[in-house]
Amino acid sequence: MTQEKTSLLLDNGRRLDGRELHELRPITMRSSVLDRADGSCYLTWGNNKIICAVYGPRELHPKHLAKPDRAIVRVEYRLATFSVNERKSPAPRRREYELSKLIKESLDAVLFLEKFPNGTIDVYITVLDADGGTRCAALTAASIALADAGIPMKGFITGCAVGKVADKMVVDLSDVEDKDGQGDMPVAMNHNTGEITLLQCDGEFTTDEVKEGLSLAVDAIGEVYKMQREAVLAKYTQIEGKIDDLGEEEE
Amino acid sequence: MRSEAIVGVLEKQYVTKLLEKGKRVDGRGLLDSRPIQIIPNVVKKAEGSAMVKWGDTVVLAGVKAQLGSPFPDTPNDGVITVNAEISPISSPTNESGPPGPRTVELARVVDRGIRESKVLPMKDPKLCVIPGKKVWIIFVDIYILDDGGNLFDAAALGAIAAIANTRIKKVVIDEDLEEVTLLEETEPLPRNGSVVSLTFAKIENTIVYDPNLIEDRGKDARFSLALTDKGIVCSMQKGESGIFTQEEFTKILDQSSALAAPLLEKIEDCSQYPELNEMYNFEF
Repeated sequence: MTQEKTSLLLDNGRRLDGRELHELRPITMRSSVLDRADGSCYLTWGNNKIICAVYGPRELHPKHLAKPDRAIVRVEYRLATFSVNERKSPAPRRREYELSKLIKESLDAVLFLEKFPNGTIDVYITVLDADGGTRCAALTAASIALADAGIPMKGFITGCAVGKVADKMVVDLSDVEDKDGQGDMPVAMNHNTGEITLLQCDGEFTTDEVKEGLSLAVDAIGEVYKMQREAVLAKYTQIEGKIDDLGEEEE
Repeated sequence: MRSEAIVGVLEKQYVTKLLEKGKRVDGRGLLDSRPIQIIPNVVKKAEGSAMVKWGDTVVLAGVKAQLGSPFPDTPNDGVITVNAEISPISSPTNESGPPGPRTVELARVVDRGIRESKVLPMKDPKLCVIPGKKVWIIFVDIYILDDGGNLFDAAALGAIAAIANTRIKKVVIDEDLEEVTLLEETEPLPRNGSVVSLTFAKIENTIVYDPNLIEDRGKDARFSLALTDKGIVCSMQKGESGIFTQEEFTKILDQSSALAAPLLEKIEDCSQYPELNEMYNFEF
């Protein structure tokens, strides 16, 4: 057991993939990648590859699900069959249902749903390649896709997992650290307001470690949040650039 | 909302009028294909994969391989299963839930094309590891990410490109032909040649190759055929309520090999692509 614990950290104190304890994996985000969706995002986070599409606000079928005073949010989080080591059956499993529900509840917290009574906002997330921390990455991508769809929001939900590896608290667990480490703790929040919308953990943590983990997560989420903002803005700065070009041509 | 679910009467009239003059809404000739891009090896966890962008249709296919028991009626053959998911991500009208008739037809047509082409030599000792006991089961899963029309050809191209990039683990068989040990080292999935799908849509009296979304949704009839690199027709499927005449089928068959050639070339170009494509900047 001790050997297993220490084997997740290298002799120089770095992690197996060469990261520092509090270092995020490389992350890229792009909005508006799909032609048909109202909003979309393609996000890579380490070896995670996630695509998210948002449709809505739109009419809700079946009607009996509709709320007369607000829109509902429906989230479908799915793993592609080939995104994991052993092929996953295409039918959703319990884990996917649970995560869909948690992601939905997180997003509820930042959406002005009362603006769209009787409607629905549908968020579809597919993990194309999984490498640990998919729920946080999925939430991060979903916020971008929602903003890309022009849906009014109080802020972004941003996620990042922390965890315990070789008795140390680390940021952004990789697949191996998630499976062989001592615990993981996904966190998601609205970074602007400090409202935490998702917190889970499994493994063994002392109360001090949970506190340390939370503050590490908040810092990491701050970094991811900046990237999210840029990803959403990128589309508009591009359009702005094009308008400037047009102006020059006319002159 | 940019929903092209229902092609309006006027829109269909417009498409039809243009077609009568031999023109298409997107300016292509009747037998022109849209631009096609294959990005091989994009999923790290998959044994093989390919992203296909065909016009504005985007498809991701992945292959997983695992050792299992053969079917009792074919004890000496490996197993292949092709499955498709028309993801709700791909269009406002593609709903989530268990696969509907449209998804099932798509999966089965692609499956038949690959199976009947014998591109995968199922009796090869690399696929049939211990006859009657242990064979490789090859799962090909196709995800439609953006539905811009002509899903059949895009899905089939994704599937074969993913197969062309698949590497399976080498195995060691013990002397009693009982136990199989998987090694870390991998080798390419055995493959004999290639196969492509060609889909035609008939709108009123005009037949076009590679229908785009408007043509696809407004079509009266559809015809897909799978053609191997040896020019063998190994699967055909006529769909929708419209009809084709014998002359029309003959004409399509005459044109098929010329249309297949560029596709076959594209598959070989990306075959066994060794490096993982990070796709950070993939233009969807």
